[in-house]
Amino acid sequence: MKNWEKYLMGPSKERTQERVGRGITGLSILMIGLLVGIILLFLVGKGSQLFLKDGVSFQEFIFKTVWAPGNEVYGAASMIITSLLVTMVAGLIALPFALAVGVAVTEILPPITKKIIQPIIELLVGIPSVVYGLIGLTVVVPIVRQLVGGTGFGIIAASVVLFLMIMPTITSMIIDAFQAVDQDQRRASAGLGATRWQTITRIVIPAAKGGILTALIFGMARAFGEALAVQMVIGNAAIMPSIQGSAATITSVLTTGMGNTILGTPANDALWSLALILLGMSLVFNLLMHFVTRKEA
Amino acid sequence: MKKIIAFVLCTLGIALVWGAWEAHTSGQLKQTKITNVGSTALQPLTEAAVPGFLKKNSQISLTVQGGGSGTGISQVQAGAVDIGSSDVFAEQKAGVQAGQLKDHIIAVSGIVPIVNPNLPVRNLTSQQLRDIFTGRIKNWQVVGGPDLAITVINRAEGSGTRVAFEQVILKGRPAMVTQEQDSNGTVKQIVANTPGAISYVSLPYVNQSVKTIKLNGITANSKNIITNKWPLWSYEHMYTQKHAKKEANQFITYMQSPVIQKKLIKKAHYVSVHDMEVQRDANGKVTPMKGEN
Amino acid sequence: MTKAERIDRIATILILLLALAVVGLVITVLGLILIPGISHISWHFLTSSSQSFETGGGIFDQLFNSFYLVVLTLLISVPLALGAAIYLNEYAKQNWFTDSLRLAIEVLSSLPSIVIGLFGYLVFVLKWGLDFSLLAGALVLTILNLPLLTRTSETALSQVPNLQRQAGLGLGMAKWQVILKIVLPAALPGILTGAILSAGRIFGEAAALIYTAGQSTITVNYQDWNPFSPTSFLNPMRPAETLAVHIWKLNTEGLIPDASAVSSGAAAVLVLTILLFNLGARLIGHLISKRLEK
Repeated sequence: MKNWEKYLMGPSKERTQERVGRGITGLSILMIGLLVGIILLFLVGKGSQLFLKDGVSFQEFIFKTVWAPGNEVYGAASMIITSLLVTMVAGLIALPFALAVGVAVTEILPPITKKIIQPIIELLVGIPSVVYGLIGLTVVVPIVRQLVGGTGFGIIAASVVLFLMIMPTITSMIIDAFQAVDQDQRRASAGLGATRWQTITRIVIPAAKGGILTALIFGMARAFGEALAVQMVIGNAAIMPSIQGSAATITSVLTTGMGNTILGTPANDALWSLALILLGMSLVFNLLMHFVTRKEA
Repeated sequence: MKKIIAFVLCTLGIALVWGAWEAHTSGQLKQTKITNVGSTALQPLTEAAVPGFLKKNSQISLTVQGGGSGTGISQVQAGAVDIGSSDVFAEQKAGVQAGQLKDHIIAVSGIVPIVNPNLPVRNLTSQQLRDIFTGRIKNWQVVGGPDLAITVINRAEGSGTRVAFEQVILKGRPAMVTQEQDSNGTVKQIVANTPGAISYVSLPYVNQSVKTIKLNGITANSKNIITNKWPLWSYEHMYTQKHAKKEANQFITYMQSPVIQKKLIKKAHYVSVHDMEVQRDANGKVTPMKGEN
Repeated sequence: MTKAERIDRIATILILLLALAVVGLVITVLGLILIPGISHISWHFLTSSSQSFETGGGIFDQLFNSFYLVVLTLLISVPLALGAAIYLNEYAKQNWFTDSLRLAIEVLSSLPSIVIGLFGYLVFVLKWGLDFSLLAGALVLTILNLPLLTRTSETALSQVPNLQRQAGLGLGMAKWQVILKIVLPAALPGILTGAILSAGRIFGEAAALIYTAGQSTITVNYQDWNPFSPTSFLNPMRPAETLAVHIWKLNTEGLIPDASAVSSGAAAVLVLTILLFNLGARLIGHLISKRLEK
């Protein structure tokens, strides 16, 4: 075969490039898939020990409210409720604030404000949980103690601290979601005589809905999994949550207990089961979100 | 542009391979690696001892990590690490074959009840302390303080400090369900910031942000601990497997040597094992020390 | 004024008030961290090693470790997440498989970092024999950051108008070339936000690192540039305590008398570091996208 024949008949440069590209990206998705698979299998394996080996019934674990590993009583209901409660409250408080900032910097204020505000808000993402915990302990808890009574430790303080922690992530992602809405759509809306508020509520927010939901999911996921800060302000007692009293989330109990239990004992297995519950709940939560967005789309 | 990147990458690659070979042949990789995980309470002391030890034993590379007493004992039992430090006896942990492990006692740590500094209570009896932690006394008024609710902060279940506290003070009665925290520092922060709060910490961690309480009129100090007049104390253990690496034993011997026991341990407000006039077994039985240890 | 205009006016004021409240909150939080901390920052504090019992310790090693860990983690996680995002957005068909993959990645993001940390400890540190090391820490942080990074990259890619892709393809470019030369540059700002957010999280993460990168630092030699030498500061196989872990340790089991001062100083340094890092990353991103647009 002559050189030019090879050139014409053989695979083109583009085709090779295409293969390389597909190969590289395929490989990365494969690796991530593998990693996720390993983690999930690992958690299911570890988390099911309590039910398979130690003979605790799953219903009891989910519905019982008494958590006393010392007496081999494992009921996670109170923690499950507390975790859900504080995450929801934190997310619900954070959302309007984040939306307001998003709208303000992308729709109302000049573009330069976004350039200043976004990096500052993102600063807060990197502050260690312990520092948030300390702020919670020295500032939030005393205020709650003044306003609500009791010791100040509990779900209110925890929700406030979580709100502070997840607000930056949600806000930053929402700003990006608004930013991504096509400018032409806004102009078209304004051209039709809509006010800014009408454009925002009828054009921008619907167009950015997917991004807003993603932001909310990520923020709430972080709240759901947060431990060190919550542990310092929630009172960390595994009982049913009340307005004034202490409570404990799944993660705060998990973190407190991990270092003090022996691997392979029921007390330790129970902690891994908590992690599994966490995983399951987040799965349900995510599925729900997907379902909602798809239905409306 | 691409050529520059390729050139840089190539040089970097060559440098790395050369570096690996160099490191391999120069024998630095022949160091024996010793890992110690476990009790976070003992970790600062161990870390402080490491530089002095490595100065004499450059063939050893030593890593000290925390993770909690439970982690320390599980991992040394599984053979994953060489030394597992713990502030409880392995016998007191469910699910441990304590017989397979070798116990080395490094230091004694006092445990002392602390309260919020604004609370005008100085002394409690063992009975009062027991009633507070079992939930029978709920107001400071009952023990001669102001009319203020007691906020009890307990330590995490299974933690060394709590095990010792339950053994000596609660004597088998169940603690009330209450706030639990797993570290001396966090407990201190919470007690310092909460009116009417009470908890207990290891003696080395006490500072002016909290107030210590006398127990039956006795002050927590090393003089009272060595005679068991102050009964709230626990051992700091280092566990190894029965047949441990020579280097692991070397380090433990160093930790028990006068260099550490006479200086570092005193400076950190622990009590040296050599000073103790009594000893305690895993069941909490205290007996006078027989001769020199 | 029409009713719509009046509503618009009121809504605008309300939004600005809410936004102002957020700004106030952010400033308060930053103030609470910076004000007690900044007075403790000095040249000595930044350049000396930490102490176990005595006052006057610094944070030099921890600061370096934080930076190094961020670099290592981003080196692993950004290409991985970007590759996955490209595959999901450009190549993969929308079917149950990619859907469940997305879902799995998202579910991953709600696992508490201590669980990921323990997974890393049992698998990377013990089973794979990485020991307590920067590498084990970087792998764990990669897991923690993949969801956010993949998701933001994918969103950024999907927001590039299809017209641009079609133009490239129409010119006879391979799809891969279109992605590299057209789509990626256009999506860069969004990808950058994801990377910055995750870098911030790496700077601030403690729970996952306690069991993997470790919570103590061995003495390292800052003149040794050979990453394979055990005492080199570049060696990814050495245990390393980051600034966030150091802050955590000071507050939980710190024995130095000036623990709270060092802790607030370190927190202030951390905030300023992240600020510098964010600004730097944005500047570089700006320069790159300028360059690619040419």
